[in-house]
Amino acid sequence: MLKGKAFKFGDDISTDDIVPGRLAPLRSNLPELAKHVLEDLRPDFVSRLSPGDFLVAGKNFGLGSSREHAPLSLKMAGVGAVLAKSAARIFFRNAINVGLPLLICDTDAIDEGDELEVDLASGKVHNMTKGTQLASGRMAEVMLRILEEGGLVEYIKKYGDFELP
Amino acid sequence: MTLAEKILAAHSGKDKVSPGELINVRVDLVLSNDITAPISIREFERLGVDRVFDPHKIVLVPDHFTPNKDIPSAIQAKMTREFARAQGTLYYEVGRVGIGHVLLPEQGLVLPGDVVVGADSHTVTYGALGAFATGMGSTDIAVAMATGEVWMRVPPTIKFVYHGKPREWVGGKDLILHTIGDIGVDGATYMAMEFHGEAIAGLPLSGRFTMANMAVEAGAKAGLFRVDDKTLEYVTPRAGRPFTSYESDPDAQYERVVEYDISNLEPQVAFPHLPSNVKPVSQARDIKIDQAVIGSCTNGWLEDLQVAAQILAGRQVHPEVRCIIIPGSQQVYLEALKEGLVESFIQAGAVVSAPTCGPCLGGHMGVLAPGERAIATTNRNFVGRMGHPQSEVYLAGPAVAAASAVLGRIASPEEVLS
Repeated sequence: MLKGKAFKFGDDISTDDIVPGRLAPLRSNLPELAKHVLEDLRPDFVSRLSPGDFLVAGKNFGLGSSREHAPLSLKMAGVGAVLAKSAARIFFRNAINVGLPLLICDTDAIDEGDELEVDLASGKVHNMTKGTQLASGRMAEVMLRILEEGGLVEYIKKYGDFELP
Repeated sequence: MTLAEKILAAHSGKDKVSPGELINVRVDLVLSNDITAPISIREFERLGVDRVFDPHKIVLVPDHFTPNKDIPSAIQAKMTREFARAQGTLYYEVGRVGIGHVLLPEQGLVLPGDVVVGADSHTVTYGALGAFATGMGSTDIAVAMATGEVWMRVPPTIKFVYHGKPREWVGGKDLILHTIGDIGVDGATYMAMEFHGEAIAGLPLSGRFTMANMAVEAGAKAGLFRVDDKTLEYVTPRAGRPFTSYESDPDAQYERVVEYDISNLEPQVAFPHLPSNVKPVSQARDIKIDQAVIGSCTNGWLEDLQVAAQILAGRQVHPEVRCIIIPGSQQVYLEALKEGLVESFIQAGAVVSAPTCGPCLGGHMGVLAPGERAIATTNRNFVGRMGHPQSEVYLAGPAVAAASAVLGRIASPEEVLS
């Protein structure tokens, strides 16, 4: 069960919003990169974030680049999971592969600062502040297994290949 | 089956695949660059595997922050180089390198019917050759380098049909910007786009590369073209191995079919800060620019430079504009030199750079200051994409970018030529 509070963002948050390309030379220094996550949109995001808090966005979250430092630095900055109405496909894959949970649900029912509880296995999102329950689209089995193992590398190390259930 | 489904079926050992199906796909080529390879290499090492699955099917192209921009970039490039040498993978760098998506087709490394995965979102470019090519992250690519396989969900396909003959100065960039303006930046998320019609048949390969390249800007997993005589003319002299041309069945199932009559389409311009924020150039006048960038994996082809030269030759770049022209590869650069294009650009007051992704992602070779505005033939105009978050990028084809460089404001080629 993941617990934390919601930080609300809009539609079409791009990988350049998350980690601007100008910072890409910092790639070999992920902890440094994590300090700059989403700073162009919300300069105080990282300083206000507590470990495990949720990034709650609108549609098409993570559009743009394939640069994996977008989900990696969100994870490293302390984001517990991303909740969005929809996500761009490369970002979605990358998030799962690096072990950052990403759930698709109706985020209009979540406001800035709401306290949330998220159960990955069932895909249920409990809004403690509002006393409401949201259903998220359940992830494909292979994605859940990759997340359970903590990322794709751990998954492959354990299972050896992609043999699907 | 659609073109995408046929290629994926052939690479997963199945007679038939359907949208939504999860499959293991055997890949023909795995690509990574100087930004994404270091993470792939780190993850590859964590896998505990000694060797890549096939060094001849892995290509590392340091094209983003090269020639090395600064010390951190140099360290990343070094890490990439050392891995390439140790594993014996295909590798290109300074002097022999190009922007990967221009270089790979040019070298005959991608052929029709291939499945290509790259740690770079614009890997979709190779769909122009009738290949299934898609971008992924570094970890997916690390696993692909180790196993030669990736898991994929078979995408549904949207068919786009372009009727009519394009007006002068209207090219692939205008067709794809128009399309993204219509369907939006998530209009094809998770799907394959398949491009057809009279206007496509008439389009040179360079224009098809431009369109496939920006399929990802509509969220697509791939953007594909059928193989025709033009494709074969391009591919045959370059191919060092056999290849298969697939074609969609007449009864292929499409998610939907979108048709455009482009006979009267004007050159298109995407306003900040999304590639879908598209208007015809006639509605984009009086927008003053500080910089014009012509190049990138989207429009760094020889034909793009030829179009730019038609406008810049014998004219002068506006005194308040910095015009930066970046050939997509050393081969393109050499051809442009032989044809006298480079001389025309320099005489016009433009700078011609070594091939690099450079300014497109705000890396180097033309980064914007606060309040500055550029017109660029690149692919993204997100906040801060080319530099400071308070700078602006307008996207267009090479004709509009060159005309704008001359007039100092966004302009159509006709305004310059009249």
